[in-house]
Amino acid sequence: MIKFFLMVNKHGQTRLSRYYEHVEINKRTILEAEVIKNCLSRSKDQCSFIEYKDFKLVYRQYAALFVVVGINETENEMAVYELIHNFVEVLDKYFSRV
Amino acid sequence: MPAPIRLRELIRTIRTARTQAEEREMIQKECAAIRSSFREEDNTYRCRNVAKLLYMHMLGYPAHFGQLECLKLIASQKFTDKRIGYLGAMLLLDERQDVHLLMTNCIKNDLNHSTQYVQGLALCTLGCMGSSEMCRDLAGEVEKLLKTSNSYLRKKAALCAVHVIRKVPELMEMFLPATKNLLNEKNHGVLHTSVVLLTEMCERSPDMLAHFRKVRQLSSSQLVPQLVRILKNLIMSGYSPEHDVSGISDPFLQVRILRLLRILGRNDDDSSEAMNDILAQVATNTETSKNVGNAILYETVLTIMDIKSESGLRVLAINILGRFLLNNDKNIRYVALTSLLKTVQTDHNAVQRHRSTIVDCLKDLDVSIKRRAMELSFALVNGNNVRGMMKELLYFLDSCEPEFKADCASGIFLAAEKYAPSKRWHIDTIMRVLTTAGSYVRDDAVPNLIQLITNSVEMHAYTVQRLYKAILGDYSQQPLVQVASWCIGEYGDLLVSGQCEEEEPIQVTEDEVLDILESVLISNMSASVTRGYALTAIMKLSTRFTSTVNRIKKVVSIYGSSIDVELQQRAVEYNALFKKYDHMRPALLERMPVMEKITTNGPTEIVQTNGETEPAVLETKPPPSGLQPASQANDLLDLLGGSDITPVIPTAPTSKPASAGGELLDLLGDLNLTGSPVSAPAPQIAQPPFLLDGLSSPPLFNDIAAGIPSITAYNKNGLKIDFTFERSNTNPSVTVITIQASNSTELDMTDFVFQAAVPKTFQLQLLSPSSSVIPAFNSGTITQVIKVLNPQKQQLRMRIKLTYNHKGSAMQDLAEVNNFPPQSWQ
Repeated sequence: MIKFFLMVNKHGQTRLSRYYEHVEINKRTILEAEVIKNCLSRSKDQCSFIEYKDFKLVYRQYAALFVVVGINETENEMAVYELIHNFVEVLDKYFSRV
Repeated sequence: MPAPIRLRELIRTIRTARTQAEEREMIQKECAAIRSSFREEDNTYRCRNVAKLLYMHMLGYPAHFGQLECLKLIASQKFTDKRIGYLGAMLLLDERQDVHLLMTNCIKNDLNHSTQYVQGLALCTLGCMGSSEMCRDLAGEVEKLLKTSNSYLRKKAALCAVHVIRKVPELMEMFLPATKNLLNEKNHGVLHTSVVLLTEMCERSPDMLAHFRKVRQLSSSQLVPQLVRILKNLIMSGYSPEHDVSGISDPFLQVRILRLLRILGRNDDDSSEAMNDILAQVATNTETSKNVGNAILYETVLTIMDIKSESGLRVLAINILGRFLLNNDKNIRYVALTSLLKTVQTDHNAVQRHRSTIVDCLKDLDVSIKRRAMELSFALVNGNNVRGMMKELLYFLDSCEPEFKADCASGIFLAAEKYAPSKRWHIDTIMRVLTTAGSYVRDDAVPNLIQLITNSVEMHAYTVQRLYKAILGDYSQQPLVQVASWCIGEYGDLLVSGQCEEEEPIQVTEDEVLDILESVLISNMSASVTRGYALTAIMKLSTRFTSTVNRIKKVVSIYGSSIDVELQQRAVEYNALFKKYDHMRPALLERMPVMEKITTNGPTEIVQTNGETEPAVLETKPPPSGLQPASQANDLLDLLGGSDITPVIPTAPTSKPASAGGELLDLLGDLNLTGSPVSAPAPQIAQPPFLLDGLSSPPLFNDIAAGIPSITAYNKNGLKIDFTFERSNTNPSVTVITIQASNSTELDMTDFVFQAAVPKTFQLQLLSPSSSVIPAFNSGTITQVIKVLNPQKQQLRMRIKLTYNHKGSAMQDLAEVNNFPPQSWQ
């Protein structure tokens, strides 16, 4: 199950956030900061799946923007990875010049 | 009032803010403007304001004052208003707010609206944040929409149904008839959402699952063949532009179908058989050059592993995983390692074939991969490959990050214990671990290692020599130093005499040995526990060494005034040994006997040995210090022939239960040990059961005597106390009762004290309990041992008194236990 979907830029500013379960509003900012810290500290050729607390993060970097999806164990990580790319392609087609 | 700014301008303005404080200021200003605009009930710009509010909410600022405005927007007739209103409802409202119920009527009307987009909005919102009441009210509408021919609505209705089922599982039945025709659609959107709906139904209710597996539906065929057909079409069909992702048509749908097949085929032979072909087809036909193909293959492998597939298929799956492992892409390797870990239990041999690749992954740079590879390597160790694997794992231990070291060390110990080809190898391996990752080793490794060393009698000289060399250079790693001090204490004579067949014997004098032990004592790096070990080792050497006894006496007397209470106590006791009881010293300090193998998992066991008792190892909470004092105390008691018991001593529970120490004080009460306080911190929790019997008789208790039924002695207010009985074969008048206290209320009971009294013809002894806190909800128990001497074989009766703190107040109760089974005292 997808827990949340984030788009965060390199400086840690949230550009889009969508939570599919209830998370307190102050906890959200903390969560986002930690998540982006984890993703930023990874190098290019490291695995895109991070184990964080009790769920997994699947992240993908597009230029200065990170798309991070939090999933639990029942999801296929690679399918989610593809989903992120699909989403970005859709945005690209729809809004052009993304 | 000027028109409020548009959302885009707001975003632009916020982006220009350079610091967090600036941003907050801008947002607060805008919030104030929005609030005043809301108060003015401005219809034209409401939608714009709510949009801005939503943006600010996303950035993390509170926006609850917009909730009512969202409702007003939903109620409006304009589509743009409705759209923002519903979005706002999805983001800002959830079932926690009471306001959300007001939406129900709006949603109901919108579900029946003429425009499909409005209906769609309503469905989305209901599916996103509908509470159980709303779902119950509106489920009928959703079901109706599930049956329409409009695919746009159908797919949204299916997802909404998923949410309804999650919230109100009883409504699942209602959606069942509608699902019959869902899979007949051509539209992938509908197919996808229907598969999700079916998956949810099957996961939630085993009845549904059974229904879907078997029942022949009316006009169409069974579910599994239907799914197989759809999947086949997807693979076989040519290029379809609207569903294509990198050359594969609709991989998302394929993955979903595979997942549903997995759930249907689990534990069901018929369904699994129907799927075998298609799974093989997917596995072989999918292109693996891109991530998409690999995603599908991964899901296929997971499915094959989970259902009752034939062995050929399983081998195919594992080969796919092996291929993944060789791939350069990290993601794929990670995924392969994870799945291999899941399958290694069932298909051990097949996974063994890929062992070398897995071991290579240990050297990878990526943290996630290393962790998986380490876990998998431990699972793969067996008798044949243990030497090679150990080498690799030790190398890994050297170079890995600190967060892995503890796990790796424990894993190595376990594997070495199970598969060690020879004792020497085992000891070497453990020593290697101690020297490389000494500080990360778990506390209970020390007693385990000590026990292992005593068991391998022929290796004593070799071991002590190696340990000595190891700490010569560096004595900062506590577990290593502890083990080394213990060994030097025990086998110092072997070390000095230089007899060692296995290695180059080194020349060590007694003074050098004492030097190293003293430096351990003095060093700042040594923990208190380690110092205890060192001091006791020095003491033991007083009997093994001949020329340096005076030096030892001096050292011992110095520490008699040490600040550390533990050291002081030991030193004082040893001093007393020198002064008053010198005649006993050799007997006391003689070699430890071979310890029985004790299981390292699980709670304490009373182990049989020949004349001495061994404190059993407790997995949790081990202070590894007191092996020596306990054994010495036991020796002492042995010698003094612990014959008659002294009167009842309900030893109060302390955090380090003072078992041996308690007895020591009792029996030697008249011996006048100078100044030693009561609790010699005993080792882990174990009771020397020989206490009540004569010295020479070999103990004592066979395992829990089969046949004496246990009783519930007390059961009131959520506190339940059970008695289990053991009889001794050698001394039939002794009964050992183990009490177990458990707590079924929601709060813990603390400061629990159990006291007992028996009629005059009996004698009773209470040993220390395992702890003084009974955790709530029966999640743990306190155990305590009571020994009853019943020479006249009278009927056992007992009065018990319980005191504890519960829910903040002190409770106390008296009870009488009369229901002892006859076998316990006859």
